[in-house]
Amino acid sequence: MEYVSPEGLRLDGRRPMEMRQIRGEIGVVAKADGSALFEMGNTKVIAAVYGPREVQNRSQQLNDSALVRCEYTMANFSTGDRMRKPKGDRRSTEISLVIRQTMEACIMTHLMPRSQIDIFVQVLQADGGTRSACINAASLALADAGIPMRDLVTSCSAGYLNSTPLLDLNYIEDSAGGADVTLGIMPKLDKVTLLQMDAKLSVETFENVMQLAIEGCKAVATYIREVLLENTKQLEYRRGI
Amino acid sequence: MLQNKSFVKRTRGGKITKVVREHYLRHDIYCGAPICKVCDTSQARLSPTPSTILIFDTNVVLNQIDLLENPAIDDVVVLSIVLEEVKNRNLSVYNRVRALCSNSLRKFFVFSNEHHKDTYVTEMSGESKNDRNDRAIRVAAQWYQTHLAGSARILLITNDKENKRKAIEEGISAETVESYVRSLSRPDLLDLLVQPASEDVNMEEVEDLRPSKRKIMYTEHKPMSEITSGLHRGIYHQGKLRVNRYNPFEAYVGSESIGDEIIIYGRTNMNRAFDGDIVAVELLPQDQWHEEKSLALADEEDEEEDVHLVPGSADDAPRTTAQPPGSAGVTEPISSRPSGRVVGIIKRNWHSYCGSLEPMAMPAGSGGVAHALFASKDRRIPKIRIHTRQLENLLDKRIVVAVDSWDRLSRYPSGHYVRTIGQIGDRDTETEVVLIENDINTRPFSSQVLACLPPLPWSVSSEDLANSIRQDLRQLRVFSVDPPGCKDIDDALHCTSLPNGNYEVGVHIADVTNFVHSDTPLDDEASQRGTSVYLVERRIDMLPKPLTEDVCSLRADVERLAFSVIWEMTPEAEIISTRYTKSVIKSCAALSYIEAQARMDDSRLMDPLTTDLRNMNALAKIMRDRRIQRGALTLASAEVKFQIDTETHDPLDIGMYQIREANQMVEEFMLAANVSVAEKILKHFPLCSLLRRHPTPTREMLEPLLRTAAAVGLNLDVSSSKALADSLDSAVADDPYFNKLIRILATRCMTQAVYFSSGDLSPPEYLHYGLAAPLYTHFTSPIRRYADVIVHRLLAASLGIQKLPTVFQDGTRLTSIADNLNYRHRNAQMASRASVELHTLIFFRKRPTDTEARIVRIRSNGFFVFVPKYGIEGPVYLTPRGEKGGGEWFVDEQQQKIRKMDGSMSYSVLQTVFIHLEIVEPQPNRPKLQLTLV
Repeated sequence: MEYVSPEGLRLDGRRPMEMRQIRGEIGVVAKADGSALFEMGNTKVIAAVYGPREVQNRSQQLNDSALVRCEYTMANFSTGDRMRKPKGDRRSTEISLVIRQTMEACIMTHLMPRSQIDIFVQVLQADGGTRSACINAASLALADAGIPMRDLVTSCSAGYLNSTPLLDLNYIEDSAGGADVTLGIMPKLDKVTLLQMDAKLSVETFENVMQLAIEGCKAVATYIREVLLENTKQLEYRRGI
Repeated sequence: MLQNKSFVKRTRGGKITKVVREHYLRHDIYCGAPICKVCDTSQARLSPTPSTILIFDTNVVLNQIDLLENPAIDDVVVLSIVLEEVKNRNLSVYNRVRALCSNSLRKFFVFSNEHHKDTYVTEMSGESKNDRNDRAIRVAAQWYQTHLAGSARILLITNDKENKRKAIEEGISAETVESYVRSLSRPDLLDLLVQPASEDVNMEEVEDLRPSKRKIMYTEHKPMSEITSGLHRGIYHQGKLRVNRYNPFEAYVGSESIGDEIIIYGRTNMNRAFDGDIVAVELLPQDQWHEEKSLALADEEDEEEDVHLVPGSADDAPRTTAQPPGSAGVTEPISSRPSGRVVGIIKRNWHSYCGSLEPMAMPAGSGGVAHALFASKDRRIPKIRIHTRQLENLLDKRIVVAVDSWDRLSRYPSGHYVRTIGQIGDRDTETEVVLIENDINTRPFSSQVLACLPPLPWSVSSEDLANSIRQDLRQLRVFSVDPPGCKDIDDALHCTSLPNGNYEVGVHIADVTNFVHSDTPLDDEASQRGTSVYLVERRIDMLPKPLTEDVCSLRADVERLAFSVIWEMTPEAEIISTRYTKSVIKSCAALSYIEAQARMDDSRLMDPLTTDLRNMNALAKIMRDRRIQRGALTLASAEVKFQIDTETHDPLDIGMYQIREANQMVEEFMLAANVSVAEKILKHFPLCSLLRRHPTPTREMLEPLLRTAAAVGLNLDVSSSKALADSLDSAVADDPYFNKLIRILATRCMTQAVYFSSGDLSPPEYLHYGLAAPLYTHFTSPIRRYADVIVHRLLAASLGIQKLPTVFQDGTRLTSIADNLNYRHRNAQMASRASVELHTLIFFRKRPTDTEARIVRIRSNGFFVFVPKYGIEGPVYLTPRGEKGGGEWFVDEQQQKIRKMDGSMSYSVLQTVFIHLEIVEPQPNRPKLQLTLV
């Protein structure tokens, strides 16, 4: 199948190095300590953060650092076919774990011993790249909750189809069977916190694809910073400073 | 700008789902005209000062692709919506349009109107998809008109009346294809036009004019929805229709749902299906399963069996119905094989065909449009009706014709003329026909491909010698043995005695992958061509000439790069160790088989080279015996060799190809090298090795052999290859040629060996039946076979010399490469056979000959004979054709005999007869070889 036309356009009209339209919004769940909505094209994710708060299950309490928990779910209506998604299936358990590890790496847990931070992410609409969108949403929500972090974590996927590296795969491209690299970085520290790939790639092409994903992550980071700055300005304005 | 496309779609399971996709509209899509002042013109493809820019409607592109390919049509803007529709409707047309768009000589520009912010249209409520697309085309045309503002004329070409009317209303100039081509005043282009299907023509009018022609010839095809539901319910069966190469009125559909082949007799039951079409078939009631056979024969108007080469394998051989045709007296014919009829065509396999027009009288008013019948060279294709304005030019020419439609009122499909190849009977024309028929690419290599060649003149550089992966074997006494006059030498050998009494034997293969790197244009071209093609007077190379004849060729007395397999062998030819290495060699002699044989036979010669040859020959004999012990078949072929006049290129003589001990010696070591390499690569890459397998023939396939053998009182055991080999060995009679004849008959029962990717099959299926080898591959001829190039890369990767190219990680790509190689390989073989047939015809043109022949098959009105001397096979008729003198001769199936009713004469299978070979021309320009008894 032709995923990139000879004119250099992808199926949805993007060029190989272009991301989908992204949008972020802070404070969508009033009850939570921090929350955010993040969209990458038609992929729409909501994240809510509670904490730091008291550890619910005492046996899990850590004396030197905070306990980070994460729950990833997909809304039943998130994909076209309304299948009942059993909670805690393999896929969502795996993604929960991935998100928790990624976020744990940037949260300064040692500052909050004997406490617990809960991150809930839910996919409202899925169109490829849910993992990345969840991480971006969680990152934004953590910032909104005012939890101390080393840096923002941003994520973006990239793939390789028709011998072309593609940025930010949508669902059709994702299910094409080519390689799919999901990358999470801390843009200021220039460190990688997440790197996943299914399928195989030769080292040279992998480096190209990875470089493209890094560019994508950095672009997301710039956008997230803008959103946060805008939000802070709003707060300033409301407080009348 | 973001748009969401949403539409409903039916999934394969039958569920209806709603699909929403993002659709981005862009500002950076340019018009492609160099005169444009607004757009970026770096990617522009149209001519600098176009007078008219053409925009084609989807239907025009779909139907008139032959016209578009004509260089007279240029400055075309292809809209992406048109491309998309074409892609969904007909992939081969799509590929042809794409080829036009990427051809730098043509001015075709693809305008992505669907993603341009000004030309994207959203579906209006109540508007059908087609109407929306037509509107999109008009909007794009209008955009061009305003965008280029008068500097060029925009012409929309559409055959849809409604679309044309609306376009003119909206102020776009629009024309139909016919009127546009007429305005070009090029009458030859008009022949390329596809006539509109007769449904579009006013029906009543035609009915009045030609009432006799209005007879319905074929039953209507069922609509697609009915076919799908029929397939689901199991009433219909889906499969690819294959027409019998030797009897175009008989076809087979391999059906998975039945697990057997369905036979389809007669054109009526085939219901307008072509060879290669995917069809839906309905089974006939069981009582009709056999009687159709006689009907089909009655239908046989003027088709007849031709003289042809002896088939090389079961795939080439005429199909014989497993059920012996019951003799006339039997009233209740019972057939075990289901027969059926075609109810619908799921996918057409129409392409263009080579052939010539049926001889016909010139119509009274010459210069006007004439209706002619075209007969394809490929007998499986029915005659095609065409319209032409240049009948007098075409009658004695070989031409290419494409099929357009076949409605149920006409006996023959209608098509249109594409191009002329040349004079009928001319050797070059006929050779070209052979090449086209077999889809062989004879175009010269493109400049991109030639750019990949190393700088010439090339010689082994000091870097090559210094390279640690390359062993310096120049001191070895390496030599090559090939057919005389061979220029692309891809293998060389050496054999030295070791102090411990063992031998070191090396097979050195040209290191083609050192020059052909993966993912280069050169590599892509080679992988497409797949193999070199050897015709009688010509060779079509897979790689450019400098590589095949110089840089890679392991010629004598020059240093060349090689990939070597080196064994240590005991004098009993047991392999002690094997090693593989890239090397530099210097061949000391390029011998021909005859020279090598002469050296070995001449007992006075005691020079080191001759000693090596003798040692190798001794080893080869042991290896060969061992292989035969294991059950390898020694099959005979009826290959012939021509002596060609160097000036006129006409054949001077034909003779059987002689196989010498030297041939067998080289073959033996090549086999051993291939087996060793197969083991090595499979060990390292169990999932992506390219191997070659030869499937065990089924009992059904061996049936004709067994029947013939039984008739002459020979009992063959076919339970295994070993058993078959043994019984073939014991099949000897007083007649010295008998054994070879039986082997030739056995050969044609075998299927062909095929390439495959090891990941696609399970290890027991890797077996090569003919060689009785559990593993086999092709390693030894990388200059002329692409499979060997792949295997070289695999072997280099398994040694850690080079990295494995990424292709190997893609299972489906690998499978498609293997399929292409099989297809090309088979076509190359067919082309060589056709070329030999052609030259046989030319040879006998001036030389009517009497010779000895063997009967190989009995038919109701004669028999087939095999002429060993010329390697041809053909029919001999006892009763003249047309006369059904069935009463006079009687066929005895059991004993494979044909007997005259009064008992005065009888012929049985394998009997020797004397025949007369002569070229006759029953129709002008249609010479054929006729065999008659003397």
